[in-house]
Amino acid sequence: MIMIVAQRELRSLFLSPLAWTILAVVQAILAYMFFSQIEFFMQIQPRLAGMQAAPGITEIIVAPLFGNAAVVLLLIVPLLTMRLISDERRNQTLSLLFSAPLSMTEIVIGKFLGITAFLSLMMLMILLMPLSLLSGGTLDFGMLASACLGLLLLLSSFTALGLYMSSLTAQPTIAAISTFGALLLLWILDWGSGSAEASGGGVMAYLSLVRHYEALLKGAFNSADIVYYLLFIATFLILSVRRLDADRVQS
Amino acid sequence: MRYNYAPMNSLLQVEQLSRSFGAVTAVADVSFTVERGEILGFLGPNGAGKSTTMKMLSGNLAPGAGQILVDGFDLLDQPCQAKACIGYLPEQPPVYRELTVDEYLDYCARLNRIERARIKDAVAMAKERCGLTSVGRRLIGNLSKGYQQRVGIAQAIIHVPALVILDEPTVGLDPIQIREIRALIRELGQEHSVILSTHILPEVQAVCDRVQIIDKGALVYSDTIAGLDQRMQSSSILLAMHKPPAEQVLLSIAGVLSVDAVSDEHYRIHFDPQCNPAQQLVEASVSGNWCLYELVPERMSLEQVFVDITCTDHAHAEEPKELAE
Repeated sequence: MIMIVAQRELRSLFLSPLAWTILAVVQAILAYMFFSQIEFFMQIQPRLAGMQAAPGITEIIVAPLFGNAAVVLLLIVPLLTMRLISDERRNQTLSLLFSAPLSMTEIVIGKFLGITAFLSLMMLMILLMPLSLLSGGTLDFGMLASACLGLLLLLSSFTALGLYMSSLTAQPTIAAISTFGALLLLWILDWGSGSAEASGGGVMAYLSLVRHYEALLKGAFNSADIVYYLLFIATFLILSVRRLDADRVQS
Repeated sequence: MRYNYAPMNSLLQVEQLSRSFGAVTAVADVSFTVERGEILGFLGPNGAGKSTTMKMLSGNLAPGAGQILVDGFDLLDQPCQAKACIGYLPEQPPVYRELTVDEYLDYCARLNRIERARIKDAVAMAKERCGLTSVGRRLIGNLSKGYQQRVGIAQAIIHVPALVILDEPTVGLDPIQIREIRALIRELGQEHSVILSTHILPEVQAVCDRVQIIDKGALVYSDTIAGLDQRMQSSSILLAMHKPPAEQVLLSIAGVLSVDAVSDEHYRIHFDPQCNPAQQLVEASVSGNWCLYELVPERMSLEQVFVDITCTDHAHAEEPKELAE
């Protein structure tokens, strides 16, 4: 049953020009960044040749590419998640799901997986760029895999938060803005850690979405980072289920 | 009266259902049952709690208090089994405008756990019953309101539920579409139980077996259509004459209980239902040369009954009968 909801979410994305536009725009921007990164690599290559234990192309090209992808998608994901529930609420199609033999959890997870599937597709397209480097060199596959995992977890976290924001309102725009605001805030939480007290700043930095991603980009696979994202996702999915339930129950 | 029904056989049992929104009580202590194969009309003025009740019956709203049993399954404890027996069309058809009719019904069939192999047949059957065969490949957003409504009904019956709940299915349709939808509902009533909520009275008369009237959240009337018909029988005749006689003359005719002068030429005559004086009136008119040009037996319109029941207390609603006695 979850898959039916997910499938329908994915298909409806591709029925409108939205999915295609987003795929095209993201690909174009990241391709430009990818090329400028290659150019940079070409410039410093002579110097790298003289260094001992010099960073490889994975570190110089792939890590920044994935870092940039995360920032670009921070802007894009709210647009994908904004209509998930709010639009159905506004068009009163939610009752179709509510009166079908489905639990709230199935609805929420279905919608979440639908968007995650789309983002995975987008990630595959982004991944094609570093893979194209294989024609002229070798890649550090361990690091690439860790970066991919990081991006996937990060995007899923964005989606879970976006889904929750969408369940709060009937206006997709409001859902998009709140998601974007919340994500950005979580992203820059660690900015204060440099100037603020070490202890308080540490907690803030730990909560920041970007810290855990950076570790994974460097190829450091730390289970604490993975658990952080999984907890983040689970929290917002559970909150969404509870929010939908609250729609029905008498307050 | 509701306790007369054998509880085990009823398809839907609603007991002491209540729901409030904040301080506003939308539905208070409503109990009723629906038998298999019955079309129940749910009447009420705007804001009486019809839609709230429908939403609770379909599982879209959790009741504040009370119990709903669908085919023996409690809607709160076993929602999946209970909901599998229900098809629901909300006030606004829950259709996705960007899908075609076929895609949409296919999705609904899957949502309702119809086996993969049977989906095609189920979609074809629902389309045929709702007259959608010719528009299967069109986008729902491009269809007229009437067709969207039919898609909504098709969605509600696709899994052949035992109970179909239709919330104001003919609102916003043109008269021809209304007739078609009513015919469809009657047809549905042959195999399914149907609950139809509406504020249009003739609709209930045309379609339903039984009628319930809800007002300010409480059930105020429940009877068969025949019972409602009987209630509408009034006992008055409107006479129009160019040369009316004195009221005394009219009163002297057997069966006439009272005479109201509506205007110079129009008189309303209340009579004993046991003894209809229409014939005597005509004969007296001819012999007395009253120049009778109109004689209209009056029926209480359904609207009047409705207003009587919903706007006044019960004693007042009985007034026509008391006059007749």
